[in-house]
Amino acid sequence: MHIVVVGLSHKTAPVEIREKLAVPESRMGEALTRLCSYQGVREGILLSTCNRVEVYAVVDEIEAGYGRIQDFLADAHLSLSSEQLTPHMYWHQGDRAISHLFRVASSLDSMIVGESQILGQIKEAFEVALTHKTTGIILNKVVKKAISVAKRVRTETKIAEMAVSVSYAAVELAKKIFSDLSEKTVLLVGAGEMAKLAARHFIASGVRHVRVTTRNPQNAVELANRFGGIAVAFEEFREDMASADIVLVSTGAAHYLVSEDDVQRSVKQRMNRPMFLIDISVPRNIDPAVRHVDNAFLFDIDDLKARVEQNRGGRLQEAEKAERMVVDEVVIVRQWLQSLEVTPTIMALRMRVDDIKRAEVEKTLGRLANLSAPERELVEAMASSIVNKLIHNTMVTLKAEVNSSEGAAFVEAARRFFSLSDPAVSNANGSTSSAPETGHASQEDIRNIEEATPRAGSKMPDH
Amino acid sequence: MAAMFFMVTMALYFAATVSYLSYLLRPSEALSKVSLGMTAIGFASHTIALVARMVVATDVSPPGFQEALSFVSWMLILVFLVVEYRHRLHVLGSFIVPLALVSLVSAAALPETVPTLTPMFHTLWVHITLSMLGTVGFAIAFVAGLMYLIQDGLLKSKRFNVLYSKLPALDFLDHLNQQSIVTGFPLLTLGIITGALSAEFSRGSYLNWNPEQTWAVVTWVFYFVVLMGRLTVGWRAKRAAYLTIIGFAGVILTLIGVVLKSHGPVS
Repeated sequence: MHIVVVGLSHKTAPVEIREKLAVPESRMGEALTRLCSYQGVREGILLSTCNRVEVYAVVDEIEAGYGRIQDFLADAHLSLSSEQLTPHMYWHQGDRAISHLFRVASSLDSMIVGESQILGQIKEAFEVALTHKTTGIILNKVVKKAISVAKRVRTETKIAEMAVSVSYAAVELAKKIFSDLSEKTVLLVGAGEMAKLAARHFIASGVRHVRVTTRNPQNAVELANRFGGIAVAFEEFREDMASADIVLVSTGAAHYLVSEDDVQRSVKQRMNRPMFLIDISVPRNIDPAVRHVDNAFLFDIDDLKARVEQNRGGRLQEAEKAERMVVDEVVIVRQWLQSLEVTPTIMALRMRVDDIKRAEVEKTLGRLANLSAPERELVEAMASSIVNKLIHNTMVTLKAEVNSSEGAAFVEAARRFFSLSDPAVSNANGSTSSAPETGHASQEDIRNIEEATPRAGSKMPDH
Repeated sequence: MAAMFFMVTMALYFAATVSYLSYLLRPSEALSKVSLGMTAIGFASHTIALVARMVVATDVSPPGFQEALSFVSWMLILVFLVVEYRHRLHVLGSFIVPLALVSLVSAAALPETVPTLTPMFHTLWVHITLSMLGTVGFAIAFVAGLMYLIQDGLLKSKRFNVLYSKLPALDFLDHLNQQSIVTGFPLLTLGIITGALSAEFSRGSYLNWNPEQTWAVVTWVFYFVVLMGRLTVGWRAKRAAYLTIIGFAGVILTLIGVVLKSHGPVS
């Protein structure tokens, strides 16, 4: 039972690959079901956004699991082979997989660190997985934890402010070029989240003329309507640039969309009226050589971030603070996962000795047919007492060692000594709640187990 | 009495200059109020001095060069106070007040000329006043151009320092630059015409190409080209800023020409 992540993101794969792998919402359920039909894949969740496609899964064996998930990703696309994907993929397991999910959810791995959209996307992916019952005890807990970590990061650090303040910084810079924004025109190129946010800030600061262009004309019209602006054909936006005082570029293109010549020409057409160009794209979409054009002022995302940091003065970098939170939370989840492995072991042990006790008591009482009721009880009590005393130390040790580095070894040893069944089988039931009914594991046992792992138990969110 | 007020004015402008220059380098806005206060009191004192001088002067002889420079200084402060009142542009004081101080100190440093009463003294009065008003216009354009280049440089190099935060938007500075030239240029034009007229009366020729006249004509042509360039082919922003700074050098040379004419070998 291992938790793994296999995927690719804006950091490892160009948009051409990402868009091929992206799974549309309508086919998400089918994809998840297919994922979990692979041998050895016990739980699965699929996160597909424009910046990343990732599969989080619980698998029996790590290496085999990696291979199956990569096959799953490649299978959906006849044009891509598993080998072609390899250079763009990343594979993590255990703590690193959990840490990756937490970082993604907290928007630390986002193109624009601190943007909030990703959390919503994770929630949606989780809901789809719940609907199709492809997650189990482990992923349910880990994903819920990821969501709560993300919320904690948002409330306890200023990371979300980052994204907002980047667009604020853009407006503030614009005000040092244009004294009155109300007569200025903003041209929005691409529909990146950050650019839209910046466009909204400009409108809030008085800009009334907005022009929008995106590769997909439908999107441009939609966005233009939302901003009360005009849609411009993507093929023509370079020619249209001269009419814009402020150009906001944020597309997924992997190359420069705006060249030095384009800007030079626009500035000339504008009779040298200054132009403010903001490139929020990663990788950049405006050639940095534009800096050399007189009366054109180019700022990229790093410039804006630097401005934001400068506004903050010497304060601790918020992202670093968030990274530390993620590390702390991963430790908590790791402990919980380890306790999860001990729980079924203790339960199986209990069941095993109870079975033996019951069989032996029945055998003995069958031979001693003329015992009175109190005497029979006495025999039963003696059997229970022996059994309990025999396993007592084992149970205590297992609970005590659960958080130690050898925890797994103790569990393994106990399973061999008492020849217990495969943990996955008992774990597949998914819950310990049926235990009191069968009488095999007492409620006291479960309470003891929970007490043995107080941090993991108390800090896991259940909402 | 006028002399005393001039001294007071100079002292106040000096203090205001020091204060405005330190304002430029400190993040705090507090100094701007102190500086503005000193400038305003200096301006009042300056006004009294000028009025006292006019009242005392019994004749109607045209003003000497010192008075002309003193007038330029007074006008610069007046324009600054108006712009400051309308746009709350404190930082402008850091540029204009020192310029006004230089103008006033130059006036005091120059040896007093005895104005000669010519038959065309009315024309000369008009000539000097108009030329000086034109000069004030170009001085403001120069300051706007200088501020523009600084802000442009800070934005381009992404150095967001105290100066960056205090300087206004580029297009405001460009507009101020344009307005100053558009105002200054017709005044200079009329100043040159009246100057030529008075020269014709006093010396019998409109132009005799002395340093004053030569630089005046060169300056006029230069600003004409600058203005036309702006209106037709878009010589605005950075280019306009450079050109107005160069143009102001021409204005200074013209004024030096005037001094040379009065005191130097040309006279």
